[in-house]
Amino acid sequence: MRPLSLALTAQRARDGTDALTRRRVLIAALFLGVFPWLMPYKALAINVLIYGLYAVGFNLLYGYLGMLSFGHAAFFGTGAYGCGIVVARWGKPWFLAIPAGVFSAAVVALAIGYLAIRTRGIYFAMVTLALAQCVYYVFFQAESLTGGENGLRGVNVRSISLPGVSLNLLRPTTKYYFILFFVVVALWIVSRILASPFGAVIEAIREREARARACGYNVAAFKLITFVVSGALCGLAGALNAIHLSTVPIESLVYETSGLAVIMSLLGGTGTFFGPFVGAAAFLLIQDLTALWTEHWQLIAGAVYMIFVLFFPRGIWGSVLEWLYR
Amino acid sequence: MSGDVILSTIGVTKRFGRFFALRDVTVAFNRGSLTSIIGPNGAGKSTYFNLLSGALSPTTGKIFFEGRDIAALPQHTFAHLGIAKSSQITSVFPELSTVENVRIAAQARRVRYNFWTPRARYIELIDKAQALLEVVGIAHRGDLPARALAHGEQRALEIAMALASEPRLLLLDEPTAGMSPVETRTMMDLIAGLAAKRTVILVEHKMKLVMGISQRLVVLHHGEIVAEGTPDEIRGNDTVRRIYLGGRKF
Ligand SMILES: Nc1ncnc2c1ncn2[C@@H]1O[C@H](COP(=O)(O)OP(=O)(O)OP(=O)(O)O)[C@@H](O)[C@H]1O
Ligand SMILES: [Mg+2]
Repeated sequence: MRPLSLALTAQRARDGTDALTRRRVLIAALFLGVFPWLMPYKALAINVLIYGLYAVGFNLLYGYLGMLSFGHAAFFGTGAYGCGIVVARWGKPWFLAIPAGVFSAAVVALAIGYLAIRTRGIYFAMVTLALAQCVYYVFFQAESLTGGENGLRGVNVRSISLPGVSLNLLRPTTKYYFILFFVVVALWIVSRILASPFGAVIEAIREREARARACGYNVAAFKLITFVVSGALCGLAGALNAIHLSTVPIESLVYETSGLAVIMSLLGGTGTFFGPFVGAAAFLLIQDLTALWTEHWQLIAGAVYMIFVLFFPRGIWGSVLEWLYR
Repeated sequence: MSGDVILSTIGVTKRFGRFFALRDVTVAFNRGSLTSIIGPNGAGKSTYFNLLSGALSPTTGKIFFEGRDIAALPQHTFAHLGIAKSSQITSVFPELSTVENVRIAAQARRVRYNFWTPRARYIELIDKAQALLEVVGIAHRGDLPARALAHGEQRALEIAMALASEPRLLLLDEPTAGMSPVETRTMMDLIAGLAAKRTVILVEHKMKLVMGISQRLVVLHHGEIVAEGTPDEIRGNDTVRRIYLGGRKF
Protein backbone atom coordinates (compact mmCIF):
# COMPACT_ATOMS: atom_id res chain seq x y z
CA MET A 1 0.00 0.00 0.00
CA ARG A 2 1.05 3.50 -0.83
CA PRO A 3 1.72 5.81 2.14
CA LEU A 4 -0.88 8.48 2.71
CA SER A 5 0.38 11.75 1.39
CA LEU A 6 -0.24 14.89 3.40
CA ALA A 7 -2.32 16.39 0.66
CA LEU A 8 -4.46 13.29 0.78
CA THR A 9 -4.96 13.66 4.52
CA ALA A 10 -6.03 17.26 4.08
CA GLN A 11 -8.33 16.24 1.26
CA ARG A 12 -9.86 13.47 3.33
CA ALA A 13 -10.49 15.99 6.05
CA ARG A 14 -12.27 18.09 3.46
CA ASP A 15 -14.21 15.18 2.01
CA GLY A 16 -15.27 14.13 5.48
CA THR A 17 -13.69 10.72 5.10
CA ASP A 18 -10.92 10.82 7.69
CA ALA A 19 -11.52 9.52 11.19
CA LEU A 20 -11.41 12.89 12.92
CA THR A 21 -13.73 14.51 10.43
CA ARG A 22 -16.28 11.73 10.63
CA ARG A 23 -16.46 12.31 14.37
CA ARG A 24 -16.42 16.08 14.23
CA VAL A 25 -19.95 16.48 15.57
CA LEU A 26 -19.23 14.19 18.50
CA ILE A 27 -16.02 16.10 19.20
CA ALA A 28 -17.90 19.39 19.06
CA ALA A 29 -20.63 18.05 21.36
CA LEU A 30 -18.13 16.80 23.92
CA PHE A 31 -16.16 20.01 23.89
CA LEU A 32 -19.22 22.21 24.10
CA GLY A 33 -20.47 19.98 26.90
CA VAL A 34 -17.65 21.15 29.19
CA PHE A 35 -17.31 24.56 27.60
CA PRO A 36 -19.32 26.57 30.19
CA TRP A 37 -16.71 25.70 32.82
CA LEU A 38 -13.98 27.18 30.66
CA MET A 39 -15.80 30.48 30.42
CA PRO A 40 -15.86 33.29 32.98
CA TYR A 41 -19.65 33.07 33.23
CA LYS A 42 -22.49 31.03 31.73
CA ALA A 43 -24.22 33.76 29.76
CA LEU A 44 -21.05 34.22 27.73
CA ALA A 45 -20.99 30.51 26.98
CA ILE A 46 -24.59 30.74 25.76
CA ASN A 47 -23.66 33.67 23.53
CA VAL A 48 -20.85 31.63 22.04
CA LEU A 49 -23.30 28.84 21.23
CA ILE A 50 -25.78 31.15 19.58
CA TYR A 51 -23.34 33.28 17.62
CA GLY A 52 -21.26 30.22 16.81
CA LEU A 53 -24.31 28.68 15.17
CA TYR A 54 -25.04 31.97 13.44
CA ALA A 55 -21.51 32.04 12.00
CA VAL A 56 -21.73 28.36 11.00
CA GLY A 57 -24.87 29.12 9.01
CA PHE A 58 -23.21 32.09 7.36
CA ASN A 59 -20.06 30.06 6.64
CA LEU A 60 -22.05 27.47 4.72
CA LEU A 61 -22.80 30.16 2.18
CA TYR A 62 -19.56 32.12 2.31
CA GLY A 63 -16.91 29.55 3.18
CA TYR A 64 -18.27 26.61 1.20
CA LEU A 65 -20.23 28.12 -1.65
CA GLY A 66 -18.08 31.25 -1.87
CA MET A 67 -20.80 33.91 -1.79
CA LEU A 68 -20.27 36.82 0.59
CA SER A 69 -23.59 37.99 2.02
CA PHE A 70 -23.87 41.22 3.97
CA GLY A 71 -27.46 40.60 4.87
CA HIS A 72 -27.53 37.63 7.20
CA ALA A 73 -28.94 39.71 10.03
CA ALA A 74 -32.21 39.44 8.12
CA PHE A 75 -32.32 35.70 8.87
CA PHE A 76 -31.03 35.96 12.41
CA GLY A 77 -33.57 38.69 13.11
CA THR A 78 -36.48 37.02 11.34
CA GLY A 79 -35.78 33.81 13.23
CA ALA A 80 -35.74 35.75 16.49
CA TYR A 81 -38.94 37.68 15.77
CA GLY A 82 -40.67 34.63 14.32
CA CYS A 83 -40.01 32.67 17.47
CA GLY A 84 -40.62 35.66 19.75
CA ILE A 85 -43.96 36.62 18.22
CA VAL A 86 -45.29 33.07 18.52
CA VAL A 87 -44.43 33.07 22.24
CA ALA A 88 -45.03 36.68 23.28
CA ARG A 89 -47.99 37.60 21.08
CA TRP A 90 -49.73 34.32 20.43
CA GLY A 91 -48.84 32.55 23.66
CA LYS A 92 -47.82 29.34 21.99
CA PRO A 93 -45.18 26.96 23.45
CA TRP A 94 -41.48 26.88 22.57
CA PHE A 95 -41.72 23.71 20.48
CA LEU A 96 -43.91 25.56 18.01
CA ALA A 97 -42.06 28.85 18.33
CA ILE A 98 -38.58 27.61 17.43
CA PRO A 99 -39.68 25.85 14.23
CA ALA A 100 -41.77 28.91 13.37
CA GLY A 101 -38.66 31.08 13.68
CA VAL A 102 -36.62 28.74 11.51
CA PHE A 103 -39.37 28.48 8.94
CA SER A 104 -39.93 32.23 8.66
CA ALA A 105 -36.19 32.79 8.27
CA ALA A 106 -36.13 30.19 5.50
CA VAL A 107 -39.01 31.91 3.70
CA VAL A 108 -37.26 35.27 3.89
CA ALA A 109 -34.05 33.59 2.68
CA LEU A 110 -35.92 32.11 -0.26
CA ALA A 111 -37.19 35.53 -1.28
CA ILE A 112 -33.87 37.34 -0.79
CA GLY A 113 -31.89 34.48 -2.30
CA TYR A 114 -34.13 34.33 -5.34
CA LEU A 115 -33.36 37.97 -6.08
CA ALA A 116 -29.72 37.99 -5.02
CA ILE A 117 -28.19 34.85 -6.53
CA ARG A 118 -28.26 36.32 -10.01
CA THR A 119 -25.48 38.63 -8.93
CA ARG A 120 -21.90 37.93 -7.97
CA GLY A 121 -19.10 39.26 -5.79
CA ILE A 122 -19.55 42.78 -4.48
CA TYR A 123 -22.95 43.10 -6.19
CA PHE A 124 -24.19 40.10 -4.30
CA ALA A 125 -22.96 41.66 -1.07
CA MET A 126 -24.73 44.94 -1.90
CA VAL A 127 -28.01 43.30 -2.93
CA THR A 128 -28.16 41.17 0.21
CA LEU A 129 -27.34 44.22 2.32
CA ALA A 130 -30.07 46.28 0.66
CA LEU A 131 -32.70 43.57 0.95
CA ALA A 132 -31.79 42.97 4.59
CA GLN A 133 -32.36 46.68 5.20
CA CYS A 134 -35.85 46.24 3.73
CA VAL A 135 -36.50 43.43 6.18
CA TYR A 136 -35.29 45.67 9.01
CA TYR A 137 -37.66 48.39 7.86
CA VAL A 138 -40.66 46.06 7.71
CA PHE A 139 -40.07 44.78 11.25
CA PHE A 140 -39.37 48.27 12.49
CA GLN A 141 -42.67 49.55 11.09
CA ALA A 142 -44.84 46.61 12.17
CA GLU A 143 -44.85 48.00 15.69
CA SER A 144 -48.01 46.33 16.95
CA LEU A 145 -46.50 42.94 16.25
CA THR A 146 -42.79 43.55 16.78
CA GLY A 147 -42.63 46.39 19.28
CA GLY A 148 -40.84 48.58 16.72
CA GLU A 149 -37.73 50.31 17.99
CA ASN A 150 -38.27 49.09 21.55
CA GLY A 151 -37.93 45.53 20.42
CA LEU A 152 -40.20 42.65 21.29
CA ARG A 153 -40.58 42.04 25.02
CA GLY A 154 -42.00 39.14 26.91
CA VAL A 155 -40.56 36.19 25.09
CA ASN A 156 -40.76 34.22 28.30
CA VAL A 157 -39.94 30.56 28.17
CA ARG A 158 -39.15 29.92 31.82
CA SER A 159 -39.54 26.22 32.02
CA ILE A 160 -39.73 23.36 29.63
CA SER A 161 -41.74 20.30 30.49
CA LEU A 162 -40.71 17.19 28.74
CA PRO A 163 -42.14 13.75 29.49
CA GLY A 164 -40.64 12.87 32.85
CA VAL A 165 -38.57 16.04 33.41
CA SER A 166 -39.12 19.70 33.77
CA LEU A 167 -36.27 22.06 32.86
CA ASN A 168 -35.92 25.37 34.60
CA LEU A 169 -34.53 27.76 32.00
CA LEU A 170 -33.94 30.42 34.64
CA ARG A 171 -30.93 28.37 35.63
CA PRO A 172 -28.14 29.38 33.22
CA THR A 173 -26.62 25.91 33.10
CA THR A 174 -29.94 24.31 32.20
CA LYS A 175 -30.54 26.95 29.57
CA TYR A 176 -27.08 26.34 28.18
CA TYR A 177 -27.74 22.63 27.67
CA PHE A 178 -31.18 23.27 26.28
CA ILE A 179 -29.66 25.51 23.61
CA LEU A 180 -26.70 23.18 23.13
CA PHE A 181 -29.11 20.43 22.11
CA PHE A 182 -30.34 22.48 19.14
CA VAL A 183 -26.84 23.61 18.25
CA VAL A 184 -25.53 20.05 18.18
CA VAL A 185 -28.43 18.90 16.00
CA ALA A 186 -27.74 21.80 13.65
CA LEU A 187 -24.02 20.99 13.53
CA TRP A 188 -24.88 17.38 12.76
CA ILE A 189 -27.07 18.48 9.85
CA VAL A 190 -24.38 20.81 8.54
CA SER A 191 -21.78 18.08 8.84
CA ARG A 192 -23.95 15.64 6.89
CA ILE A 193 -24.62 18.21 4.18
CA LEU A 194 -20.94 19.04 3.82
CA ALA A 195 -19.99 15.38 3.47
CA SER A 196 -22.82 14.64 1.03
CA PRO A 197 -22.75 14.78 -2.77
CA PHE A 198 -24.51 18.14 -2.50
CA GLY A 199 -21.69 19.44 -0.30
CA ALA A 200 -19.16 18.38 -2.92
CA VAL A 201 -21.00 20.34 -5.58
CA ILE A 202 -21.17 23.59 -3.63
CA GLU A 203 -17.41 23.49 -3.09
CA ALA A 204 -16.97 22.83 -6.79
CA ILE A 205 -19.12 25.89 -7.52
CA ARG A 206 -16.93 27.96 -5.20
CA GLU A 207 -13.83 26.70 -6.99
CA ARG A 208 -15.07 27.25 -10.55
CA GLU A 209 -18.65 27.94 -11.30
CA ALA A 210 -18.38 27.53 -15.07
CA ARG A 211 -16.85 24.10 -14.74
CA ALA A 212 -19.49 22.96 -12.26
CA ARG A 213 -22.10 24.02 -14.79
CA ALA A 214 -20.29 22.21 -17.59
CA CYS A 215 -20.24 19.09 -15.42
CA GLY A 216 -24.02 19.17 -15.51
CA TYR A 217 -25.01 20.92 -12.29
CA ASN A 218 -27.73 23.54 -12.22
CA VAL A 219 -25.65 26.12 -10.41
CA ALA A 220 -28.51 28.52 -9.71
CA ALA A 221 -30.51 25.79 -7.97
CA PHE A 222 -27.55 24.76 -5.81
CA LYS A 223 -26.96 28.37 -4.84
CA LEU A 224 -30.56 29.00 -3.91
CA ILE A 225 -30.87 25.82 -1.84
CA THR A 226 -27.63 26.62 0.01
CA PHE A 227 -28.82 30.16 0.60
CA VAL A 228 -32.06 28.93 2.14
CA VAL A 229 -30.34 26.33 4.34
CA SER A 230 -27.86 28.97 5.47
CA GLY A 231 -30.72 31.35 6.25
CA ALA A 232 -32.61 28.68 8.17
CA LEU A 233 -29.57 27.90 10.34
CA CYS A 234 -29.10 31.59 11.13
CA GLY A 235 -32.83 31.74 11.85
CA LEU A 236 -32.44 28.96 14.39
CA ALA A 237 -29.64 30.94 16.04
CA GLY A 238 -31.96 33.95 16.18
CA ALA A 239 -34.83 31.93 17.63
CA LEU A 240 -32.57 30.53 20.35
CA ASN A 241 -31.37 34.05 21.09
CA ALA A 242 -34.95 35.23 21.55
CA ILE A 243 -35.50 32.51 24.15
CA HIS A 244 -32.14 33.22 25.77
CA LEU A 245 -32.76 36.96 26.14
CA SER A 246 -36.55 36.82 26.64
CA THR A 247 -36.67 39.75 24.24
CA VAL A 248 -35.87 40.48 20.62
CA PRO A 249 -33.94 43.72 20.30
CA ILE A 250 -34.39 45.51 16.98
CA GLU A 251 -30.58 45.41 16.76
CA SER A 252 -30.96 41.76 15.73
CA LEU A 253 -31.77 43.09 12.26
CA VAL A 254 -29.23 45.88 11.81
CA TYR A 255 -26.35 45.59 9.39
CA GLU A 256 -23.80 45.45 12.21
CA THR A 257 -25.31 42.08 13.05
CA SER A 258 -24.71 41.00 9.44
CA GLY A 259 -21.14 42.18 9.83
CA LEU A 260 -20.73 40.07 12.97
CA ALA A 261 -21.19 36.88 10.96
CA VAL A 262 -18.53 38.03 8.50
CA ILE A 263 -16.03 39.01 11.19
CA MET A 264 -16.55 35.87 13.26
CA SER A 265 -16.13 33.61 10.24
CA LEU A 266 -13.02 35.40 9.05
CA LEU A 267 -11.55 35.41 12.54
CA GLY A 268 -12.08 31.69 12.99
CA GLY A 269 -11.44 30.55 9.44
CA THR A 270 -13.91 30.39 6.58
CA GLY A 271 -14.57 27.14 4.78
CA THR A 272 -13.68 25.04 7.82
CA PHE A 273 -16.14 23.18 10.00
CA PHE A 274 -15.08 24.50 13.41
CA GLY A 275 -13.70 27.84 12.22
CA PRO A 276 -16.84 29.95 12.64
CA PHE A 277 -17.40 28.58 16.13
CA VAL A 278 -13.84 29.31 17.13
CA GLY A 279 -14.25 32.77 15.60
CA ALA A 280 -17.43 33.48 17.53
CA ALA A 281 -15.81 32.37 20.77
CA ALA A 282 -12.71 34.46 20.13
CA PHE A 283 -14.74 37.50 19.14
CA LEU A 284 -17.00 37.39 22.18
CA LEU A 285 -14.10 36.70 24.54
CA ILE A 286 -12.06 39.57 23.15
CA GLN A 287 -15.07 41.82 23.45
CA ASP A 288 -15.80 40.69 26.97
CA LEU A 289 -12.25 40.89 28.27
CA THR A 290 -11.39 44.22 26.71
CA ALA A 291 -14.68 45.73 27.85
CA LEU A 292 -13.84 44.76 31.42
CA TRP A 293 -10.49 46.36 31.16
CA THR A 294 -11.16 49.64 29.36
CA GLU A 295 -14.11 51.58 28.07
CA HIS A 296 -12.28 51.99 24.75
CA TRP A 297 -12.64 48.28 24.17
CA GLN A 298 -13.72 48.71 20.57
CA LEU A 299 -10.35 50.20 19.73
CA ILE A 300 -8.48 47.27 21.24
CA ALA A 301 -10.83 44.70 19.75
CA GLY A 302 -10.53 46.35 16.33
CA ALA A 303 -6.75 46.22 16.52
CA VAL A 304 -6.86 42.54 17.45
CA TYR A 305 -9.07 41.74 14.44
CA MET A 306 -6.76 43.69 12.17
CA ILE A 307 -3.79 41.69 13.37
CA PHE A 308 -5.62 38.44 12.77
CA VAL A 309 -6.80 39.36 9.30
CA LEU A 310 -3.34 40.58 8.33
CA PHE A 311 -1.21 37.80 9.80
CA PHE A 312 -3.59 34.86 9.89
CA PRO A 313 -5.60 35.20 6.69
CA ARG A 314 -6.90 31.67 7.17
CA GLY A 315 -8.25 32.55 10.57
CA ILE A 316 -7.50 30.94 13.90
CA TRP A 317 -8.83 27.47 13.14
CA GLY A 318 -7.70 27.64 9.52
CA SER A 319 -4.15 28.31 10.70
CA VAL A 320 -4.32 25.44 13.17
CA LEU A 321 -5.44 23.10 10.39
CA GLU A 322 -2.73 24.35 8.08
CA TRP A 323 -0.16 23.61 10.76
CA LEU A 324 -1.67 20.19 11.56
CA TYR A 325 -1.72 19.02 7.95
CA ARG A 326 1.64 20.47 7.06
CA MET B 1 -18.08 9.02 -46.50
CA SER B 2 -21.54 10.01 -45.36
CA GLY B 3 -22.89 8.47 -42.21
CA ASP B 4 -25.32 9.22 -39.47
CA VAL B 5 -25.13 12.87 -38.41
CA ILE B 6 -24.72 13.45 -34.66
CA LEU B 7 -24.51 17.24 -34.65
CA SER B 8 -25.28 19.93 -37.15
CA THR B 9 -25.44 23.71 -37.12
CA ILE B 10 -27.69 25.41 -39.62
CA GLY B 11 -27.21 29.04 -40.55
CA VAL B 12 -25.64 29.85 -37.21
CA THR B 13 -24.71 33.47 -36.61
CA LYS B 14 -23.26 34.96 -33.45
CA ARG B 15 -23.03 38.67 -32.95
CA PHE B 16 -21.32 40.57 -30.15
CA GLY B 17 -22.92 43.98 -30.39
CA ARG B 18 -22.48 44.88 -34.02
CA PHE B 19 -19.54 42.56 -34.55
CA PHE B 20 -20.23 39.28 -36.32
CA ALA B 21 -18.04 36.65 -34.65
CA LEU B 22 -19.74 33.97 -36.75
CA ARG B 23 -21.78 34.37 -39.89
CA ASP B 24 -24.14 31.79 -41.33
CA VAL B 25 -22.19 28.70 -40.33
CA THR B 26 -23.71 25.46 -41.61
CA VAL B 27 -21.85 22.24 -40.87
CA ALA B 28 -22.77 18.62 -40.15
CA PHE B 29 -20.63 16.27 -38.06
CA ASN B 30 -20.77 12.52 -38.50
CA ARG B 31 -21.05 10.13 -35.61
CA GLY B 32 -17.79 8.46 -34.74
CA SER B 33 -15.65 10.94 -36.65
CA LEU B 34 -12.88 13.27 -35.55
CA THR B 35 -13.38 16.68 -37.12
CA SER B 36 -11.02 19.56 -36.56
CA ILE B 37 -12.04 23.17 -36.75
CA ILE B 38 -9.08 25.25 -37.73
CA GLY B 39 -8.43 28.88 -38.52
CA PRO B 40 -6.13 31.73 -37.54
CA ASN B 41 -6.38 33.60 -34.24
CA GLY B 42 -9.67 35.43 -33.89
CA ALA B 43 -11.36 33.39 -36.63
CA GLY B 44 -14.31 32.58 -34.37
CA LYS B 45 -13.33 29.02 -33.44
CA SER B 46 -13.85 29.40 -29.71
CA THR B 47 -17.10 31.23 -30.30
CA TYR B 48 -18.32 28.33 -32.40
CA PHE B 49 -17.06 25.91 -29.77
CA ASN B 50 -18.97 27.82 -27.08
CA LEU B 51 -22.16 27.52 -29.09
CA LEU B 52 -21.71 23.77 -29.48
CA SER B 53 -21.01 23.33 -25.76
CA GLY B 54 -23.89 25.52 -24.63
CA ALA B 55 -21.78 28.26 -23.04
CA LEU B 56 -23.27 30.73 -25.55
CA SER B 57 -26.49 30.78 -27.55
CA PRO B 58 -26.51 31.71 -31.24
CA THR B 59 -27.97 35.05 -32.28
CA THR B 60 -29.77 33.23 -35.08
CA GLY B 61 -29.65 29.70 -36.45
CA LYS B 62 -30.22 26.22 -35.15
CA ILE B 63 -28.04 23.58 -33.57
CA PHE B 64 -29.25 20.00 -33.75
CA PHE B 65 -27.82 17.26 -31.57
CA GLU B 66 -29.17 13.81 -32.34
CA GLY B 67 -32.13 15.43 -34.02
CA ARG B 68 -32.99 17.85 -31.22
CA ASP B 69 -32.59 21.62 -31.36
CA ILE B 70 -30.32 22.44 -28.42
CA ALA B 71 -29.47 26.05 -29.28
CA ALA B 72 -31.48 27.57 -26.44
CA LEU B 73 -30.96 24.95 -23.74
CA PRO B 74 -29.15 25.99 -20.55
CA GLN B 75 -25.52 24.97 -20.31
CA HIS B 76 -25.91 22.50 -17.46
CA THR B 77 -28.21 20.27 -19.51
CA PHE B 78 -25.53 19.61 -22.11
CA ALA B 79 -23.62 17.13 -19.98
CA HIS B 80 -26.84 15.17 -19.53
CA LEU B 81 -27.53 15.21 -23.27
CA GLY B 82 -24.17 13.60 -23.90
CA ILE B 83 -21.97 16.56 -24.82
CA ALA B 84 -18.86 17.36 -22.82
CA LYS B 85 -16.07 19.84 -23.32
CA SER B 86 -12.63 20.92 -22.35
CA SER B 87 -12.19 24.63 -22.99
CA GLN B 88 -9.28 26.70 -24.23
CA ILE B 89 -8.57 28.14 -20.81
CA THR B 90 -7.98 25.43 -18.24
CA SER B 91 -10.96 25.14 -15.96
CA VAL B 92 -10.69 22.73 -13.04
CA PHE B 93 -11.44 22.95 -9.30
CA PRO B 94 -8.01 24.11 -8.07
CA GLU B 95 -8.29 23.49 -4.32
CA LEU B 96 -9.92 20.08 -4.63
CA SER B 97 -7.87 16.95 -5.11
CA THR B 98 -7.36 15.70 -8.65
CA VAL B 99 -9.39 12.58 -8.05
CA GLU B 100 -12.16 14.60 -6.39
CA ASN B 101 -12.29 16.82 -9.47
CA VAL B 102 -13.14 13.83 -11.63
CA ARG B 103 -15.39 12.27 -8.99
CA ILE B 104 -17.53 15.40 -8.90
CA ALA B 105 -17.79 15.35 -12.68
CA ALA B 106 -18.80 11.68 -12.58
CA GLN B 107 -21.25 12.32 -9.76
CA ALA B 108 -23.37 14.66 -11.91
CA ARG B 109 -25.05 11.82 -13.73
CA ARG B 110 -25.47 9.60 -10.69
CA VAL B 111 -26.55 11.81 -7.78
CA ARG B 112 -27.01 15.54 -7.42
CA TYR B 113 -29.51 16.64 -4.81
CA ASN B 114 -28.55 14.23 -2.05
CA PHE B 115 -27.88 16.13 1.18
CA TRP B 116 -27.47 13.23 3.52
CA THR B 117 -25.54 10.19 2.27
CA PRO B 118 -21.78 10.51 2.79
CA ARG B 119 -20.30 10.95 -0.65
CA ALA B 120 -17.58 8.42 0.15
CA ARG B 121 -20.30 5.78 0.13
CA TYR B 122 -20.60 6.03 -3.65
CA ILE B 123 -17.48 3.96 -4.07
CA GLU B 124 -18.16 3.31 -7.75
CA LEU B 125 -17.72 7.03 -8.43
CA ILE B 126 -14.30 7.05 -6.79
CA ASP B 127 -13.30 3.96 -8.77
CA LYS B 128 -14.53 5.53 -11.96
CA ALA B 129 -12.60 8.74 -11.26
CA GLN B 130 -9.45 6.75 -10.60
CA ALA B 131 -9.93 4.76 -13.82
CA LEU B 132 -10.36 7.94 -15.86
CA LEU B 133 -7.19 9.42 -14.38
CA GLU B 134 -5.54 6.20 -15.56
CA VAL B 135 -6.88 6.77 -19.09
CA VAL B 136 -5.46 10.28 -19.32
CA GLY B 137 -2.19 9.23 -17.71
CA ILE B 138 -2.20 11.12 -14.39
CA ALA B 139 -3.42 8.44 -11.99
CA HIS B 140 -0.27 8.84 -9.86
CA ARG B 141 -1.25 12.48 -9.20
CA GLY B 142 -4.75 11.79 -7.91
CA ASP B 143 -4.10 12.85 -4.32
CA LEU B 144 -2.66 16.24 -5.14
CA PRO B 145 -4.82 19.33 -5.27
CA ALA B 146 -5.48 20.19 -8.91
CA ARG B 147 -3.61 23.47 -8.59
CA ALA B 148 -0.39 21.55 -7.89
CA LEU B 149 -0.48 19.78 -11.27
CA ALA B 150 1.67 20.86 -14.19
CA HIS B 151 -0.12 22.70 -16.99
CA GLY B 152 -0.23 19.66 -19.26
CA GLU B 153 -1.55 17.53 -16.43
CA GLN B 154 -4.33 20.01 -15.74
CA ARG B 155 -5.39 19.81 -19.38
CA ALA B 156 -5.41 16.03 -19.08
CA LEU B 157 -7.44 16.32 -15.89
CA GLU B 158 -9.99 18.45 -17.67
CA ILE B 159 -10.36 15.82 -20.36
CA ALA B 160 -10.86 13.17 -17.69
CA MET B 161 -13.61 15.35 -16.20
CA ALA B 162 -15.23 15.66 -19.61
CA LEU B 163 -15.07 11.89 -20.09
CA ALA B 164 -16.67 11.34 -16.68
CA SER B 165 -20.08 12.24 -18.06
CA GLU B 166 -19.69 9.50 -20.68
CA PRO B 167 -20.26 11.88 -23.58
CA ARG B 168 -21.14 10.70 -27.05
CA LEU B 169 -19.73 13.98 -28.32
CA LEU B 170 -16.46 15.32 -26.95
CA LEU B 171 -15.52 18.93 -27.67
CA LEU B 172 -11.92 20.07 -27.22
CA ASP B 173 -10.74 23.65 -27.64
CA GLU B 174 -6.99 23.87 -28.24
CA PRO B 175 -6.16 21.08 -25.80
CA THR B 176 -2.45 21.52 -26.47
CA ALA B 177 -2.35 25.29 -25.93
CA GLY B 178 0.75 26.23 -23.96
CA MET B 179 2.14 22.70 -23.91
CA SER B 180 5.70 21.57 -24.48
CA PRO B 181 6.36 19.47 -27.61
CA VAL B 182 6.51 16.31 -25.49
CA GLU B 183 3.25 17.12 -23.71
CA THR B 184 1.67 17.95 -27.06
CA ARG B 185 2.66 14.57 -28.50
CA THR B 186 1.19 12.74 -25.51
CA MET B 187 -2.01 14.76 -25.73
CA MET B 188 -2.46 14.13 -29.47
CA ASP B 189 -1.97 10.40 -28.93
CA LEU B 190 -4.54 10.50 -26.16
CA ILE B 191 -7.04 12.32 -28.38
CA ALA B 192 -6.52 9.87 -31.23
CA GLY B 193 -7.24 7.07 -28.78
CA LEU B 194 -10.38 8.74 -27.47
CA ALA B 195 -11.65 9.38 -30.99
CA ALA B 196 -11.69 5.67 -31.66
CA LYS B 197 -14.68 5.30 -29.34
CA ARG B 198 -16.67 8.52 -29.73
CA THR B 199 -17.29 11.58 -31.83
CA VAL B 200 -14.70 14.29 -31.30
CA ILE B 201 -14.67 17.89 -32.48
CA LEU B 202 -11.27 19.45 -32.03
CA VAL B 203 -10.59 23.17 -32.27
CA GLU B 204 -7.01 24.04 -33.08
CA HIS B 205 -5.13 26.82 -34.74
CA LYS B 206 -1.98 24.82 -35.37
CA MET B 207 -3.11 23.07 -38.52
CA LYS B 208 -0.13 20.75 -38.78
CA LEU B 209 -0.99 19.16 -35.49
CA VAL B 210 -4.40 17.90 -36.53
CA MET B 211 -3.75 16.87 -40.12
CA GLY B 212 -2.67 13.39 -39.15
CA ILE B 213 -5.56 12.48 -36.88
CA SER B 214 -8.58 14.23 -38.41
CA GLN B 215 -11.00 12.64 -40.84
CA ARG B 216 -12.32 16.04 -41.78
CA LEU B 217 -11.40 19.67 -41.35
CA VAL B 218 -13.50 22.80 -41.30
CA VAL B 219 -11.65 26.06 -41.90
CA LEU B 220 -12.99 29.25 -40.34
CA HIS B 221 -11.84 32.72 -41.24
CA HIS B 222 -13.43 35.98 -40.08
CA GLY B 223 -16.37 34.03 -38.75
CA GLU B 224 -17.15 32.25 -41.98
CA ILE B 225 -16.44 28.83 -43.36
CA VAL B 226 -13.93 29.12 -46.15
CA ALA B 227 -13.18 25.46 -46.76
CA GLU B 228 -14.25 22.03 -45.65
CA GLY B 229 -12.94 18.59 -46.55
CA THR B 230 -10.47 15.81 -45.93
CA PRO B 231 -6.94 16.66 -44.84
CA ASP B 232 -5.73 16.12 -48.40
CA GLU B 233 -8.36 18.41 -49.87
CA ILE B 234 -7.56 21.12 -47.33
CA ARG B 235 -3.84 20.75 -47.94
CA GLY B 236 -4.39 21.41 -51.62
CA ASN B 237 -6.83 24.28 -51.14
CA ASP B 238 -5.40 27.57 -52.39
CA THR B 239 -7.72 29.81 -50.36
CA VAL B 240 -6.74 28.04 -47.18
CA ARG B 241 -3.09 28.28 -48.05
CA ARG B 242 -3.44 31.99 -48.71
CA ILE B 243 -5.42 33.08 -45.68
CA TYR B 244 -4.18 30.58 -43.21
CA LEU B 245 -0.51 30.25 -43.85
CA GLY B 246 0.31 33.38 -45.74
CA GLY B 247 1.17 31.29 -48.79
CA ARG B 248 3.71 29.05 -47.04
CA LYS B 249 3.75 25.36 -47.84
CA PHE B 250 2.81 22.96 -45.09
N1 LIG C 1 -17.69 37.98 -25.60
C1 LIG C 1 -17.20 38.64 -26.67
N2 LIG C 1 -17.52 39.93 -26.88
C2 LIG C 1 -17.04 40.60 -27.94
N3 LIG C 1 -16.24 40.07 -28.87
C3 LIG C 1 -15.88 38.78 -28.74
C4 LIG C 1 -16.34 37.99 -27.63
N4 LIG C 1 -15.82 36.74 -27.74
C5 LIG C 1 -15.08 36.76 -28.87
N5 LIG C 1 -15.12 37.96 -29.47
C6 LIG C 1 -14.45 38.33 -30.73
O1 LIG C 1 -14.83 37.38 -31.68
C7 LIG C 1 -13.73 37.06 -32.52
C8 LIG C 1 -13.54 35.56 -32.51
O2 LIG C 1 -13.07 35.16 -31.27
P1 LIG C 1 -12.77 33.65 -30.90
O3 LIG C 1 -12.33 33.59 -29.49
O4 LIG C 1 -13.93 32.83 -31.29
O5 LIG C 1 -11.53 33.34 -31.86
P2 LIG C 1 -10.65 32.03 -31.98
O6 LIG C 1 -10.75 31.58 -33.38
O7 LIG C 1 -10.99 31.05 -30.94
O8 LIG C 1 -9.18 32.59 -31.73
P3 LIG C 1 -7.93 31.92 -30.97
O9 LIG C 1 -7.23 31.06 -31.95
O10 LIG C 1 -7.11 33.10 -30.59
O11 LIG C 1 -8.45 31.16 -29.81
C9 LIG C 1 -12.52 37.81 -32.00
O12 LIG C 1 -12.35 38.95 -32.79
C10 LIG C 1 -12.93 38.21 -30.61
O13 LIG C 1 -12.35 39.43 -30.23
MG1 LIG D 1 -10.05 30.25 -29.29
